[in-house]
Amino acid sequence: MTATAPEHAGPEVREVPASPPSGTRPGTVRRSLFRALPVSPAVVLLLLFLAGPIVYCVVIAFTDLQLTGQAQESFVGFDNFTRAFKDEAFLNAVWLTLVFTVLSSLIGQNTLGLALASLMQRASKPVRTLTGGIVVTAWVLPEVVAGFLLYAFFRREGTLNAILDWLHLPSQNWLFTLPILAVSFANVWRGTAFSMLVYSAALNEIPKEVTEAAEVDGASGWRRMWHITLPMIRRSIGTNLMLNTLQTLSVFGLIWVMTRGGPSGKSQTLPLFMYEQAFQNSLIGYGTAVALLLLLIGSLFSVVYLRLLRTEV
Amino acid sequence: MTDTLTPRRTTHASRRNRRRTAADAGLLVAAAAFVLPLAWVVLSALDPHASLRVKVPDGVTLDNFDAILTPEITFTPLLNSLILCGGATLLTVVCAVLAAYPLSRFRSRLNRPFLLTILFATSLPITAIMVPVYALFVRVNMIDTMQGTIFFFAASQLPFAIWLMKNFMDGVPKELEEAAWTDGASSFQSLLRIVLPLMGPGVAVVTVFSFVMMWGNFFVPFMLLLSPDQMPASVSINDFFGNRGMVAYGQLAAFSIVYSTPVVLLYVLISRRLGGGFALGGAVKG
Repeated sequence: MTATAPEHAGPEVREVPASPPSGTRPGTVRRSLFRALPVSPAVVLLLLFLAGPIVYCVVIAFTDLQLTGQAQESFVGFDNFTRAFKDEAFLNAVWLTLVFTVLSSLIGQNTLGLALASLMQRASKPVRTLTGGIVVTAWVLPEVVAGFLLYAFFRREGTLNAILDWLHLPSQNWLFTLPILAVSFANVWRGTAFSMLVYSAALNEIPKEVTEAAEVDGASGWRRMWHITLPMIRRSIGTNLMLNTLQTLSVFGLIWVMTRGGPSGKSQTLPLFMYEQAFQNSLIGYGTAVALLLLLIGSLFSVVYLRLLRTEV
Repeated sequence: MTDTLTPRRTTHASRRNRRRTAADAGLLVAAAAFVLPLAWVVLSALDPHASLRVKVPDGVTLDNFDAILTPEITFTPLLNSLILCGGATLLTVVCAVLAAYPLSRFRSRLNRPFLLTILFATSLPITAIMVPVYALFVRVNMIDTMQGTIFFFAASQLPFAIWLMKNFMDGVPKELEEAAWTDGASSFQSLLRIVLPLMGPGVAVVTVFSFVMMWGNFFVPFMLLLSPDQMPASVSINDFFGNRGMVAYGQLAAFSIVYSTPVVLLYVLISRRLGGGFALGGAVKG
């Protein structure tokens, strides 16, 4: 599905003349063709540089292509995949990707984003503007810069430990002892703004009468949240979770800058594992097989996302 | 002021006030946590003896900026970023406008499958395909070329750009255009003279959004460009750690600010004009 879907874009557009609605005159065919013409630059770009690599990905995932030392690669069937599922480093990366996604996206960005958005509904305007501005700035900063800022924050001699010292709490070398936790926090720092904006928009669309009626009926804040607000914004929750997850699955630069996946693979999520296999170990075929798996997981989420939006397209 | 209100409304108002204070306090705590890393970068950039923790500078200086504002460290990478992202953004926007026009204006049974494919591609993890893209680029001799990187950047941004552009274009009423057609204008003329001017803010949003996304992207140029003199700022920032020996944190902070400022400003510009959730209107609500 992943490999073929974008490719369809081309033929579909060009098929306009081939499948005219029954009973149309030849002039309509030419008109359809003419009307589809402006789409062609985009379709060509997408076919060559997006669909092409995806197809190529499927092909070389089944070969033993290497960067060096081998003149010709050969077809190895599912070897790369069976190898992956026996490779402890791969399973470790799968586990860490899961931890990273659940901690930073499902729990962190999503819950914090919702909390901030609902606090903003009641807060005074200056505080709302200030907090929103700070959170959004963290989101707009380039990935690598965000990585450095949080690297400085979590380092042994960094700000977090300074605060812990000040509070007389035990400090430690976070990037060494709990690297996956540190990069997850970094991803929360960077990505929460998105959820916050999504939920602010969703909460603003809830009619005031509904919450006021519940308030008059004596429903407490938590009950109102659980029984009224959350059901009313469930579509936004669905799409937000989906987009957060997809975003988090493809995080590379942030982790690369903070830990390079280390120490000894303790923060090596799938994208970093893929990179290491393909370039540090020169196993392009194996690295691509991992990429294909990542792409498959991504397209699965993508299909769910499409179904959530189904009525709107 | 509350004195003049009836008792019942007073309690209501005070409850509301209390709740507002609680919300304010909660938000300020969150803001304090979020602002710490940002404070570090600003304070360290001005600090002659910057370290890794947030501290008040021992005296404000612009030496850090002075040290990095050289062609080698700052101007060449920023120029490379500009060529790369500017070129790719231009390509993306032109292709997206052209593609969105028939999708928005003409009815065809292929619109829906095409748009669904586009939406599907929007959420694919591009990171995953960088290894095969590298292998492919080596094979077709496009590795380490600006053009190759620009084309790939544009292609990766196109699905979202087309989707967003089509939604903005749908907002321009068709009647105005039909009037132009009756006066003998071609589709292309009406797109250029009527539709585009009316959806100026929409085009601006797509342009700025594409540019910001590419400006901050690390992995794509990291993989596809090899020679140091072609590196954009997103990759060259790495040099502060590897090749220059001791890390000068003050300079690193100063560079981070210089590199981030354009996108932060562009974002402020666009969000003022269209409200904070601009990208989400198109992305999430469809």
